[in-house]
Amino acid sequence: MMAICGKWVKAKFLFLFVLLCGGCSTLGVQPWERDQFAREDMALDNEKLDLMLNDHIYFSKEGTSGGRTQGGGGCGCN
Amino acid sequence: MRKKRSSIQESSTQKSSTQRSSAFELASGASDKHQCKRYRNINKSLTIASFALFSAPVMATEIDDSKDMEEADKTSISLPTIASEKKLEVTKIETALLYYQEPDRVTAAEGIFNLQASYGDKSELEGKLLLDTLTGASPNGAAPQQQQQTFTRPSGNGVYYAKNGETPLDDTFKDTRLQLNGNWTETLSNTDKVNLGFHLSREYDYTSLGVNSGAERSFNRGNSAVNLAFGYYYDIIDPVGGRPVSWAPMLFRDDFSSQSEFKQAFDKTRDLSSSIKQTFDLSVGFTQLLNRYWLVQGNYSFSYLDGYMTDPYKIISQIDERGTAQGYLYENRPDTRYKQSVFLLTKGALETGVVDLSYRYSADDWGIDSHTVETHYRYQFTASLYGQIHLRYYRQSAVDFYHAFLPELDELPEYGSADSRLGKLTAYTFGIKFGHKLQGGTKFSYRLELYQHRPQDNGDERVGQLAHLGLYEQVNAVIAQIGFAF
Repeated sequence: MMAICGKWVKAKFLFLFVLLCGGCSTLGVQPWERDQFAREDMALDNEKLDLMLNDHIYFSKEGTSGGRTQGGGGCGCN
Repeated sequence: MRKKRSSIQESSTQKSSTQRSSAFELASGASDKHQCKRYRNINKSLTIASFALFSAPVMATEIDDSKDMEEADKTSISLPTIASEKKLEVTKIETALLYYQEPDRVTAAEGIFNLQASYGDKSELEGKLLLDTLTGASPNGAAPQQQQQTFTRPSGNGVYYAKNGETPLDDTFKDTRLQLNGNWTETLSNTDKVNLGFHLSREYDYTSLGVNSGAERSFNRGNSAVNLAFGYYYDIIDPVGGRPVSWAPMLFRDDFSSQSEFKQAFDKTRDLSSSIKQTFDLSVGFTQLLNRYWLVQGNYSFSYLDGYMTDPYKIISQIDERGTAQGYLYENRPDTRYKQSVFLLTKGALETGVVDLSYRYSADDWGIDSHTVETHYRYQFTASLYGQIHLRYYRQSAVDFYHAFLPELDELPEYGSADSRLGKLTAYTFGIKFGHKLQGGTKFSYRLELYQHRPQDNGDERVGQLAHLGLYEQVNAVIAQIGFAF
């Protein structure tokens, strides 16, 4: 019974994954409609120095870190 | 505003064509002899360029309108050379200087230099150099007391004090750190990219070496992208005075009849060999363009840490039934940690700027979990001036082995830490930033942020004097930064 439940859960996840991928294929823009994404301020790494410096502060003051990018190497920051 | 931007673009196009027509007028004012020579040069250039088109791969070259015709001729003639050679070209230089200040505690200054370069049209290189210095006082983990407390310095040489009622701070906190990062990204095709990077960080008592690599594939006409990345880091920890052995007691010189007797006993509580920590990171990410203005990004990250993760300078108070500290033990943390996090971001292009909103959930097997909500809103005052607001809310639960203090007579737990960063915590950030661009494209930015760090009551039963003392002190830090990019 457990095995059947497990298969059913897997099947549901697979269905959801296929649905999401199918959904993605209808999302988006045509190549000539990318003017807004070509803007410098729309780049995901537009303020990467700020983000990196912030991550360093939060890493040294909080119990969890990373997520946006990889956690990366450590330091003995107190 | 869109109309305004269009008119700006139009006016710049007009300006540029005006410059071109002015250049043409200037050129037509030259002598006939010069014109004939120029036409001969143009014919020669066109012939060479035609051969070049068939003999070598074509590369787009930007011709500066301000160059005179003679220089333009040279550009055309040298085209076969350019097309056959890959050149290392610096594309962007960014620098920033950050100042971080906690009143009466830590002060940090951090300088960063980031250089981006391209090698041909498929390779990108990035190098980063970071230098930071930290000075000031940091909480040592001991509980405050109504009477003055004395602590032995981590090196075993000398003592420092905490005034009555105040959070005990180790005032000898001083460090300088140098960090170096390099990254190489290679575009394999229109849809695939790979990257390889290294990391090096060195400070007096801590060295970190690492490598990371990743691959990205875009699909769905470039509207969707997935990426996979991994990293490995090897950290070497050499604490001042050696690494305290598990649950080592803090020893005091006054309890020994001679310095050599104290030193002998102190050395028995220390392990002088280097400690190692290894980190394995794995992340999977997904980016999707939703429409002409919005995109979403999602990341799942998994980390496994193995090795020494105890803070060698942090202690826990052992208290009696009156709440009075009878001694201090060096904290002891597990030597493995599994961490997971999910990060979701949406970013939108507005007519007057940009807005983003992100959420991160993190959890690990130490029992800590956290929620982070963050947003940036940028308003473009003019084409070259913007203002930005940054808000962040962070909340975490405590690790399973967090104890603000330990009852003296209780059996010692397997692990324990009184480090407020591992306790229940809430933090807020409020920041503003202004940036402007000069005519040549040079950019300046100025950032000011307030970071409020609020440790919360973890529910430890406070006995005696501890009931009247502030165990969880709030810290307000100021962050100021200037940035420069060209």
